Amino acid sequence: MSDYAATVRAQLDPTRILRLLPLGITLAASAFALVWVLFWAPHTNFGPAIDHPDQFFITLLNGIYFAAELFIVASGFALIFGLMRVVNMAHGSFYLLGGFIAYDMQQHMARGGDFFIPSSSINAWEWIVPALVASICIGALGLVVQQVFLRWNLGQDLRQALITIAISVIIADQVITHFHQGLARGLSWPGFIDRFVNLHAFGIQYSLIKLVVTALGVGVGVLLWLWIYRTRTGMIIRAGVDDRQMASALGVNIQKTFAIVFFVGSALAAFGATVVASQGNVATGQDGAWLLNALVVVVVGGMGSIFGAVAGALLYGLVFQFAASYLPTSATEYAVVFTFILLALVLGFRPQGLFGKPG
Amino acid sequence: MRSLGTFQSRKQATERTAAGTMLVLLAIWPLVFSSNSYWVGYILTQTFAVGIAAASLIFLSAYGGMVSLAQVALYGICGLVLGNLVTSGQAKGLHLGWSPWLAVAAAVGITTAIALLFGAIASRSAGIYFLMITLTFGVIANTFFGSVTTFGGFSGIAGIDTYTPGLVGNHVTQPARLYYIAFTVAIIVYLLIRYIVRTPFGIALQGVRDEPVRMRSLGYNVPLHRTLAFGLAGFMASLAGVLYAWSIGVVAPGTLDLASTVDLLVIAVIGGLARIEGAWLGAFVFFAIQTYVRNVSVPVLGGSFNTIIGFIFLAIVIISPNGLMGLWDMITRYAFGDRGGGSSEPFRELRRIVSDAWFRLKGGAPTRTQSRSETL
Repeated sequence: MSDYAATVRAQLDPTRILRLLPLGITLAASAFALVWVLFWAPHTNFGPAIDHPDQFFITLLNGIYFAAELFIVASGFALIFGLMRVVNMAHGSFYLLGGFIAYDMQQHMARGGDFFIPSSSINAWEWIVPALVASICIGALGLVVQQVFLRWNLGQDLRQALITIAISVIIADQVITHFHQGLARGLSWPGFIDRFVNLHAFGIQYSLIKLVVTALGVGVGVLLWLWIYRTRTGMIIRAGVDDRQMASALGVNIQKTFAIVFFVGSALAAFGATVVASQGNVATGQDGAWLLNALVVVVVGGMGSIFGAVAGALLYGLVFQFAASYLPTSATEYAVVFTFILLALVLGFRPQGLFGKPG
Repeated sequence: MRSLGTFQSRKQATERTAAGTMLVLLAIWPLVFSSNSYWVGYILTQTFAVGIAAASLIFLSAYGGMVSLAQVALYGICGLVLGNLVTSGQAKGLHLGWSPWLAVAAAVGITTAIALLFGAIASRSAGIYFLMITLTFGVIANTFFGSVTTFGGFSGIAGIDTYTPGLVGNHVTQPARLYYIAFTVAIIVYLLIRYIVRTPFGIALQGVRDEPVRMRSLGYNVPLHRTLAFGLAGFMASLAGVLYAWSIGVVAPGTLDLASTVDLLVIAVIGGLARIEGAWLGAFVFFAIQTYVRNVSVPVLGGSFNTIIGFIFLAIVIISPNGLMGLWDMITRYAFGDRGGGSSEPFRELRRIVSDAWFRLKGGAPTRTQSRSETL
């Protein structure tokens, strides 16, 4: 009998209840959000999903499309952090510089005009070459930064973060000086993908560009997966993530792997910038925004895991799009609060992120 | 042992003399020099105000092992809340027109509450994770105030400096008043930090910094200590926010953007993340450079003030991770002859730098990196 009383008391223990509180709040909030989007959603642009499934699916596709953009940019950040424990605060500046290099390259190749080239006069190469050139330039820049500034202070993660912040300050200022005063510039997609396609579902006409971007995101993810899980270099990377010292004690040239990973990670920032700047534009100030995006993806998904980056990008992308579309029209300006709520909820349960390893 | 004792006391004596001279000089500055000068009205007042925010950052870093990039966001939030509460009439935002002191108290209270919330969310992380999480807080706060028009919107709230309490007056016509208030608050914050780190809470906080696992097994609530420290730092940052709003008059989302966040980090790092005094030293150096180097063009590369500050920042992080205060510690140890044995700090430090550079040239990684990362 007293056993039973003790059990009851243990279950009613206030600290236990307090510990279960976040779980309850999360479940309740998720359930409410689901009901809201599916059945209720008054005073919103779209109305409940049950009445307007087309809008719901467009929002869903937009979320996945944004997640693909997020993933391309953030996967480089996650890759570098995962292997080297370097928080590359210059990732946003790499993004910015990469976007401008790609823009200048496209202008140089297409010679259509000096501001905006209609996509009809762009062929596939005039998009692919700028993307590759920007990726290689930024990859090389990242490699130089890693070799000169980050190679000799391994393990001092705060100092390395400060060094990359200093570099990001310099790059951001240099971009303003040398690239169109850092003013907004947009690339153009090749003409043949700049159209809408019929999805044959709920009569949705959807932008082919967004589908291509989603495919690019999936492609980058698959290539990274093949690289990390199916090649020798990838094996070394995984070994390095698990135990850097042990890997190098076994005779692996971990420094070479570091260099390769930094090249690829930085190049992905530039590639992502090319993709995003083709859809919208690239301008000073976006370095901070995209550093934030990469941080949120990596913090939510778990530091340094590709699957974490996928999960983080999907969660963030979907939450962002649904918050923007399904808030009452008078409150859409508060959409950013949901990013914060997502972050707070994930960190409340798993300080290491969804797929991160503890410690 | 004996030589170490004399070294400590001589260093302390030098520091006390320097600090005393500095304080006296600063106390009489507006009386001696023209009180309308740029120095009183901008450089020094800003040094005191922003130095407080930097001190809150250094406090967290030096005694809690948490490098927070949310301090700028917190002082910006405080400034924006103050602006919403205190302004009236045609001003942007809520323009509630509260009485100045009440608005200040409310702004500081709200900011501290937000800091406690931020701290609670981030408190189970430490080190580099803490830095990343607080940076996201900062950027989210920036985006929030940039997109929400109810609280002022993109252009922020102007004219806060005309709604100051009578004691503060108008900073344009009476710059000396705000100067002395900022000076006093800075000293109070400094003494407050010095006091807190000696209390049982402060000692436990330092235990949490060094050995979180051991502290937890000793029965201390590690996240709670981190949260409270963060709340305290938020309180200090909010004081800086009030002073900032009074002296600049405009608080906008741009006040708490990434560039400003980095600026505060630069200030703290220039001063040194290990000693509180460094906050104001770093702030002074920053504002002096900002004022006098603004129009100097960078050779070869081109670019503005930010390129210069970036290179200074880079140089300091590479040469002296503990900033100018760390450099000062090195110099005093060398000058006062604390050189007993081969293991004295300046030589060790110097040897580290040289061997770092050597390894860099040779193309390998120095193995002994652990102690450095702990000091930073």
